[in-house]
Amino acid sequence: MAETHPAGAAPPLLKVRNLEGWYGPSHVLHGVDFDVPAGEVVTLLGRNGAGKTTILRAIMGVLGRRAGSVRMNGMELIDLPSRLIARRGIGYCPEERGIFASLSVRENLELPPVIGPGGRSTGQVLDLFPNLRARLNSGGTRLSGGEQQMLAIGRILRTGARLLLLDEPTEGLAPVIVQEIGRVIAQLKRDGFTVLLVEQNFRFAETIADRHYIVEQGRVIDMVPNAALEAKREQLHGYLAI
Amino acid sequence: MHSIFGIPTPALFGQLLLGLINGAFYAMLSLGLAVIFGLLNVVNFSHGAFYMLGAFTGWLLLAGLGLGYWWALLLSPLIVGVLGMAVERLLLARLKGLDPLYGLLLTFGLALIIQGVFRNIFGVSGLPYGVPSQLAGARNLGFMILPNYRGWVIGLSLLVCLATWLGIEKTRLGATLRAATENATLTEAFGINVPRLVTLTYGFGTALAALAGVLAAPIYSVNPNMGADLIITVFVVVVIGGMGSILGSIVTGFGLGLAEGLTRLVYPAGSATVVFVIMIVVLLVKPAGLFGRST
Ligand SMILES: Nc1ncnc2c1ncn2[C@@H]1O[C@H](COP(=O)(O)OP(=O)(O)OP(=O)(O)O)[C@@H](O)[C@H]1O
Ligand SMILES: [Mg+2]
Repeated sequence: MAETHPAGAAPPLLKVRNLEGWYGPSHVLHGVDFDVPAGEVVTLLGRNGAGKTTILRAIMGVLGRRAGSVRMNGMELIDLPSRLIARRGIGYCPEERGIFASLSVRENLELPPVIGPGGRSTGQVLDLFPNLRARLNSGGTRLSGGEQQMLAIGRILRTGARLLLLDEPTEGLAPVIVQEIGRVIAQLKRDGFTVLLVEQNFRFAETIADRHYIVEQGRVIDMVPNAALEAKREQLHGYLAI
Repeated sequence: MHSIFGIPTPALFGQLLLGLINGAFYAMLSLGLAVIFGLLNVVNFSHGAFYMLGAFTGWLLLAGLGLGYWWALLLSPLIVGVLGMAVERLLLARLKGLDPLYGLLLTFGLALIIQGVFRNIFGVSGLPYGVPSQLAGARNLGFMILPNYRGWVIGLSLLVCLATWLGIEKTRLGATLRAATENATLTEAFGINVPRLVTLTYGFGTALAALAGVLAAPIYSVNPNMGADLIITVFVVVVIGGMGSILGSIVTGFGLGLAEGLTRLVYPAGSATVVFVIMIVVLLVKPAGLFGRST
């Protein structure tokens, strides 16, 4: 795919080229290309099983086998173990949320080590997600689904990571919670975070994103700037079979 | 003479004390096994050998360098812990991603080699190791005579168990350990050096075994088979307590020691088998063990 950031724009914070990924013998990603410009909210849209989650796992280095190129600020990440990828400044919020049952809410929140300057304090995270404050001493998985999602996002804001990978943060949540998460993501963007967001909820995605990449069968097949969404709506519905 | 349920009280307390002493060793050893199993998923069959190495290191420090019990208590866990970390780094780490059975086979083989070498050098008759002078003698508690050294062993092992439990449940490092035990991949994806944590944990577990070995040296003789004799019961403790459960190991360790002691009073022939009977009953009622999380 051609360079997708407009001429003259800042170079991308994350640059993914020809990314391939496997689960055991099955080849799932077949050469994924896309850019995430600094400061943008970028979504990966696609049907169930298209490979969105696998792309995030491959970037994060938690997939068994991967190949190609993932560059963050120009630095190659593809051969690094996941802990060093995280330390380059990427925060990961997995699809299954990954809240630890044997840790309290506070321990979950404070588990990821601070990897750079600019992270939020625990107090600031709790200001963003006030529901968590009263539950700090509960077991992590005693929280409701929405609260667990807030915890999963909140704990990567403390670290100083500038790029956040969020895998379907609205999945299975009530509309008011989805709204709240939308509000938080918009706030994070204003604060200068860059967000790579996997979404199925197209209506949600269009309210917060700058651009959308369409994933199909382990490839990125199209890019739609949020501004061009109206013009391409028909085509998009075709991709996503809504 | 006083008696309770027809058992003379001195005999009762004597057996309870013996039970507590054995329980202290069960608890310290199964604690290390539980921590290692939780994080590494390795059933560490070398654990008995590290316990034996702890005792021998103490003996060698004395025989070779003239360093006594208190030095041994400090140095032996350090030396054996470093050895354990080397074993993890050089051998166990290479089995990553393979069936956990390989770890079991490796550690089992390692135990046979270590014990075989020591039998070859030192024979099986056992070497004497004296009680330190500060802990010689006994005190009269009114209802029984307590040898000072035995009181020390029980007290110190309780302290070590409590400190370990607090360290795992209440500290930041402990939270990291629990997280890595639950989901190592995600823990590492947050930037935490899980391989290093694994090495340190294995080293800690083996150091704990070595500490138990030094404590045991003045009570049982220092002998190449001392770990092999004990380790089966320790595995039973881990199974009853719940694989990987810290609190389960501690409580079950002391509990089984007491159960053995009591059985020796009422039915001496059963004392060697009572732990297995308890294990069968527990597994029938709670297959995940008393403190295990059923999955
Ligand atoms: N652990 C796994 N082992 C084997 N195959 C897997 C595994 N996880 C996912 N897959 C396969 O990889 C492909 C991509 O899956 P992935 O989870 O990345 O899709 P997705 O776009 O995130 O879907 P969804 O929207 O349902 O979350 C699918 O065909 C899926 O069946
Ligand atoms: Mg997915």
